[in-house]
Amino acid sequence: MDNQILKVNGLTMDFGGIRALNSLDLDVNRGEIVALIGPNGAGKTTFFNCITGIYAPTEGEVYLASPGSDTKVSLKGLKPNQVTEKGLARTFQNIRLFAKMTVLENVMIGRHCRTKATVLGAVFRNRTTRDEEQSILETSYDILEKVGLEQYVNEFANNLPYGAQRRLEVARALATEPLLLLLDEPAAGMNPQETIELEKLIKEISSEGQSILLIEHDMTLVMSLSDRIFVMDYGKKIAEGTPVEIRENPAVIKAYLGEDVDA
Amino acid sequence: MLLIKELKKALGVALWFIFLTFPIMVIKVDPIERIIRYRWENAAYVAIVAFTAYLVMSFFKMRKLRVTADKKEVKKSQNVIYSILNNKKQLTVLSFAILAIAIIFPHFFSVYQTNVMTTALMYVVLGLGLNIVVGMAGLLDLGFVAFYAVGAYSYALLNYHFGLGFWVVLPIGGALAAIFGIILGFPVLRLRGDYLAIVTLGFGEIIRLILENWGEFSQGPSGISNISRPGFFGMDFSLETSIMYMYYIMVIGVIVTIFIVNRLQDSRLGRAWIALREDEIACQAMGIDKRKTKLAAFSLGAFWAGLIGVVFAAKTTFINPASFTFLESAIILSIVVLGGMGSIIGVILGAFILILMPEYLRALSEFRMLAFGGVMVAMMVFRPQGMIANIRRTYKFEKQE
Repeated sequence: MDNQILKVNGLTMDFGGIRALNSLDLDVNRGEIVALIGPNGAGKTTFFNCITGIYAPTEGEVYLASPGSDTKVSLKGLKPNQVTEKGLARTFQNIRLFAKMTVLENVMIGRHCRTKATVLGAVFRNRTTRDEEQSILETSYDILEKVGLEQYVNEFANNLPYGAQRRLEVARALATEPLLLLLDEPAAGMNPQETIELEKLIKEISSEGQSILLIEHDMTLVMSLSDRIFVMDYGKKIAEGTPVEIRENPAVIKAYLGEDVDA
Repeated sequence: MLLIKELKKALGVALWFIFLTFPIMVIKVDPIERIIRYRWENAAYVAIVAFTAYLVMSFFKMRKLRVTADKKEVKKSQNVIYSILNNKKQLTVLSFAILAIAIIFPHFFSVYQTNVMTTALMYVVLGLGLNIVVGMAGLLDLGFVAFYAVGAYSYALLNYHFGLGFWVVLPIGGALAAIFGIILGFPVLRLRGDYLAIVTLGFGEIIRLILENWGEFSQGPSGISNISRPGFFGMDFSLETSIMYMYYIMVIGVIVTIFIVNRLQDSRLGRAWIALREDEIACQAMGIDKRKTKLAAFSLGAFWAGLIGVVFAAKTTFINPASFTFLESAIILSIVVLGGMGSIIGVILGAFILILMPEYLRALSEFRMLAFGGVMVAMMVFRPQGMIANIRRTYKFEKQE
């Protein structure tokens, strides 16, 4: 049985005349932490937006493993909410929490696609709805405990400190029970202390078998976390390999530091 | 002591204003009869306005000072309403007291008062309906009155052509309005903010213009008259009892609405609406179907408008398109915004203030729109979250080991 959880083939995205992604291949195995790095404007976030259905890619295929069977499902043409339902949850580079909802409610929103109470259920509050609501509450609280936000349960999300807001985004994504968790620059803007805590959190989540694909600029974090690294520049993949391999890769050094003048 | 000092100052300000505005407010030259008329009553008005304006201003100034002096103290006193809302026992007592007053109300007050109160209760339901769309789901709907019209006309026409009674048409009117809500919802699924407001505004006008111009269908501007009042198992009432009956129908209507809207707010769907309002992209990324959620908001909001439309037709026994102008939408929207978006108690209070005030201040009817505008501006400047801001439900967790 193949171990791949995400398979991306020849993903291309054009914005008018600009080719933001150029025939990109990528794969993530079960239980792995894979990092996607590259200079600013390389197309990393565009890549996330394409696979999560926010943009419709011009060309290429995205396959996600489906739980309980060997076949993979194509994510092409699905809406963002359907992609999340299939098991791909993400966080955002610029925090996008539901500011005027409590921390707990933010996580409860993540349970939306795994529950199915209807209008009638909401009005009459029958047994099924009550049980479901109770399970939403419990799961959400457990997740908050896991990321260490349980003391903020009833706070408004926008009143949290910055690092806590980032962690709440992770909690919210985890609540959708993703097969693969996409983290878009989770450490952006964090101070060293918060980054260390985040690293611990990601390692903990990963140790429970969660597959993770992350975009990150903080190289120490990337090098210590990832099993494999993909490097992008100008919408193309320029390198792929373990952290050690990437560190030595001349193409990567060139993309980040530029070429030697007299070479 | 302080109060007397402030009163003296206010008096001084009033006198100054009389003096300053004397040439334009009091003296009037009548060029035809070649005499100068002195309108002393205007001087009195100027004095009263200046006097109260100064007092109100100094009140706010003093309150501000007190806030800086002792923040905690003020916070406590301001939060009386919230503390009642959070205390279940107090809340039950309060609701039963209000219910008791509501029940005995028509026996102590005149038919006119009862009628006015019925109107206010209708606007409570309308406000709560629009609150679903605007307050919770964050979709600015300026054409809400269209659904109200759909409800009213469905009763009027079904009664006129087929002789259907109030209770039969009530659910039909609500359902029809909900269907119209979905019809409006489809084209505006992609729109947000200003664009959405324009389209809904257009929709409201379209419905009104159709009713006005499609004579064979709706009898045009002359409207439909002799709509029958609601019956009670075939009993017919005198005018007076039927007004009272209408009032009780609305009391029950309001209770049912509050009950349902409250439950919706704390449900899976209610949370989805609020998430949609807060951030559409994040909301979708969290697995919420934007289409379904928006359509649910539009149709559920419209449903209440449809119900009240039927009640309106039955209450006035005559409707024409002039009852469903944009102004009506604006008033319902003001109720929601003034009361506090997303807050049920706020909307109820907003409806009472905006409907009862103009009714009891008929003496000032000429300045009604002026005062209305002034209140709205002041409200948006000083308290943009509305009179009673929405409070989210809090949860307590007890560790079970």
